[in-house]
Amino acid sequence: MPDYGVFSFDSKDEVLAKSKEFWNPGKTDFWIESGVPLVIDRREGYLIYDMSGKRLIDVHLNGGTYNVGHRNPEVVNAVMQAMQHFDIGNHHFPSLARTALAEALIATAPPGLTKVIYGSGGGEAIDIALKTARHATQRRKIVSIQKGYHGHTGLAVATGDDRFAKLFLSDSPEEFVHVPFNDHDAMHDALRAGDVAAVIMETIPATFGFPLPHPGYLETVKQLCEQYGTLYIADEVQTGLMRTGELWGISKHGIEPDMLVTGKGLSGGLYPISAVLVSERCAGWLTEDGFGHISTFGGAELGCIAAMKTLEICNRPETRSMVHYISDFMANAMRSIQARYPDWFIGVRQNGVVMGLEFDHPRGANFVTKHLYEGGVWAIFSTLDPRVLQFKPGILLHPELAEELIERVQVAIGKAWDEVRALPRTQRIAS
Amino acid sequence: MTDMIEVPIEAAGVPRAKAMLERAEWAARAFARYDRESVAEIVQATARAAAAAAKDLAYKAVAETGFGVAEHKVLKNLACSTGLLDHYRGHDYVTPRIDSEAKIVSVPRPAGVVFALTPSTNPVATVYFKTLLCLMTRNAVVISPHPMAKAVCAEAARLMHDAAVAAGAPEGIIQVVEEPSVPLIQALMTDERTKVIVATGGNPVVRSAYRSGNPAIGVGPGNVPVLVDATADLRRAAEHVITSKAFDNSILCTNESVLIVEESVADPLLRAMRGEGGHLLDADQAERIRTTVFPNGSFDTKMVGQSATSIAQQAGIRVPQHTRVLLAPFDLVAPEEVLAHEKLCPVLGVVRVASARRGIDVARAVLRISGAGHSAAIHSTDPQTILDFGAAVNVLRVSVNVGNSLGGSGIETNLAPSMTIGTGYLGRSSVGENLQPKHLLNFTRLAYNSDDTVPFADFAGLSPWAAPAGPVPSYPHASNVSTPQADPAPARSATVSDDGEAQLREDLRRLIIEELTNIIKG
Ligand SMILES: Cc1ncc(COP(=O)(O)O)c(C=O)c1O
Repeated sequence: MPDYGVFSFDSKDEVLAKSKEFWNPGKTDFWIESGVPLVIDRREGYLIYDMSGKRLIDVHLNGGTYNVGHRNPEVVNAVMQAMQHFDIGNHHFPSLARTALAEALIATAPPGLTKVIYGSGGGEAIDIALKTARHATQRRKIVSIQKGYHGHTGLAVATGDDRFAKLFLSDSPEEFVHVPFNDHDAMHDALRAGDVAAVIMETIPATFGFPLPHPGYLETVKQLCEQYGTLYIADEVQTGLMRTGELWGISKHGIEPDMLVTGKGLSGGLYPISAVLVSERCAGWLTEDGFGHISTFGGAELGCIAAMKTLEICNRPETRSMVHYISDFMANAMRSIQARYPDWFIGVRQNGVVMGLEFDHPRGANFVTKHLYEGGVWAIFSTLDPRVLQFKPGILLHPELAEELIERVQVAIGKAWDEVRALPRTQRIAS
Repeated sequence: MTDMIEVPIEAAGVPRAKAMLERAEWAARAFARYDRESVAEIVQATARAAAAAAKDLAYKAVAETGFGVAEHKVLKNLACSTGLLDHYRGHDYVTPRIDSEAKIVSVPRPAGVVFALTPSTNPVATVYFKTLLCLMTRNAVVISPHPMAKAVCAEAARLMHDAAVAAGAPEGIIQVVEEPSVPLIQALMTDERTKVIVATGGNPVVRSAYRSGNPAIGVGPGNVPVLVDATADLRRAAEHVITSKAFDNSILCTNESVLIVEESVADPLLRAMRGEGGHLLDADQAERIRTTVFPNGSFDTKMVGQSATSIAQQAGIRVPQHTRVLLAPFDLVAPEEVLAHEKLCPVLGVVRVASARRGIDVARAVLRISGAGHSAAIHSTDPQTILDFGAAVNVLRVSVNVGNSLGGSGIETNLAPSMTIGTGYLGRSSVGENLQPKHLLNFTRLAYNSDDTVPFADFAGLSPWAAPAGPVPSYPHASNVSTPQADPAPARSATVSDDGEAQLREDLRRLIIEELTNIIKG
């Protein structure tokens, strides 16, 4: 009987049944129907185990949350030690851990960012950034890209796809303008009136399948922002923390954002925390009314300590060099798999270990996700473009596990192709 | 179900050092596929950069550790950079070897990640030495220097890394632990990413290398007996022994420890040694040396690499200004006689014996105390005595009619030039030769059916290896950005022309001769 100390279950079936009953029937059923009936049990490094004992290499990493691996021993250690002394802390007061982390974040941030505001999750941090932009510019409008994704909290959800905003009657098109990605003119039109507080951009839009910004696109957006007095918010939730081979993806574009948002991997997946790094121009409300944003768990001290250790790991020269190796390895490996399935595996979008694999079918990545799961790999399709598989290897991946991963991926891609080819003609048409 | 989380608290620096091993694995993986020409260019460029810094780092080593003789260290640094390059020029640890007679192809397979411990006594030379051996054999190396010499070793490792990478080597192929500590060394030794440990240092370090559970090459200490028999060329013997004992103030593990001389030639030999800067102590003075160099019966590490005059002064003995070696006579070679133990300072024990036969017994006695498997020296013109000495004395190399400091380490003999002297089974080591490139690789053997009816294929001209296409790894540019053209192989363009090459070698030769002359002149 699976006994976890505080609770126990008789079987995996019991967990799934109760998950539907007490938690989320929609999600629970979705994964069972998708051929990914995963209930994560043991986890270690880049490996996760289903309750059945099935072993999976994790290249979803919960969007980069497990960037440095599951239960990274260094981070676990830091948090366990911290628990001898710290807890969440009191959000009203100046705090040891919050101050130390803020200083560490600013020390390694793109130039121009001078202060840190904490949240407990990515969405909250996005909301903080948007509120901050409105305060700083005294404008209400926010521009984001179609199929961008910044989370599901109050303001963040309105910047994203209608699917999630309309469900909760939270879309407000007058204030939240969506423009097509990589379209300079559309962006220019949206900003031209000079009434936009901020443009918020993922450096590479994750949930959209990591389409890469055209060379010069982000740079132009930044320049337009400057021209029209609009702030540029870099959402680095999935592209930060060395995943592109530099600490922040935006630095590779030479852009100095007005605000930078980080979450997910920031605390090694052990204690939730998120942060907004802001420039002096945006930081006004922190002096005017320091209680302007209140969040009991925002900047929880244990999270700060987890984050400091994680940031240290990410910033090591050895880590950066390894990301370059892993990235190089993956590029070569994908090229050779592509050569085998040129009509099926039609594209690789890659910036460091941020990767999107494109398949020639409107739901191609759904098939691949399923076959990967069967073959011992967990990678997720892109919710907003299921042609594309999100492929997110960890930044500390060991060469042998990298080779094993590619072996499994190669076979799964082939099997998914066999399945798609066997579909009736009508279902095979690409979009 | 989930196990209780039990995470050992790691000592400071350990996680970072483990990250080095992890990075080294990626680098080694890439390097293991380089072809011979690329490897030769990398080795050459790195050795040159090391030679160019030989002098600077020699002085820095003396300044940091507080011992040794800078000019002598220059020589060692050159011997372990361009000297090695010359010695191994034409050697090939990359190309598959084809034996059509035996119908076997042997494919060199590097160890992978080498964990190298380097001592305080020969800090830079050992970093140079081990690093170049690793590069010749396509290994990655993580160096943990002795804490007393960490700054100079880190500088040496960094400059070699940068030169190697500029010549096309994978990034991170040479790394160095900046803040070494006992727990850190312990952690890296036992880490499964370490493929072989090459330990030079004190006995505890070597023993723990062997205990680590990982393959290890560690060598024991020396305690070198040198026999001068009645047939020896006394003038030369005197010069060689003194020069060798004075070299770098005796901090090579190959330095002579106890002079054993046949009674009939003892006086003329000692007289000749005085002419070379040896100062013969009387019984009372020898006693003072015992208490100064071995207070409470054990060697005072503060004496390591100090000059003879400074030691004499500390012992309250007046000696001539030009004294290079203190000669301390005693009678019985036994463990309780401290002067019969290893002395990493210019104090040489002197024992008179009735015959060469007795000399061999005494040499065996010296090595029972310590230094088994290491080295010994003999000055003699009688081949039978030389052979008997070599067959009886428990060492794996004997320097004949040459000083042992540079003789045993292959610099003034044709042994493999080495900073790591394998002490073999006699000295509880896995290697009995001077450490050399071949110890850092294995071979995969493609063995054909020996039956004559099964033909052996023609492998001539085939290679499984290739030159790197650009920097390794390539920078992770976004895949939709047309990558800036890889710099047109900076490695290749940096190759010096044959003329430049010859000139450089000539310069170095001149430098070495100059240094040697200075040493001999004292
Ligand atoms: C780019 C990006 N921004 C923001 C978020 C929201 O983070 P959270 O789920 O922690 O609220 C996500 C989550 O997937 C994301 O991918």
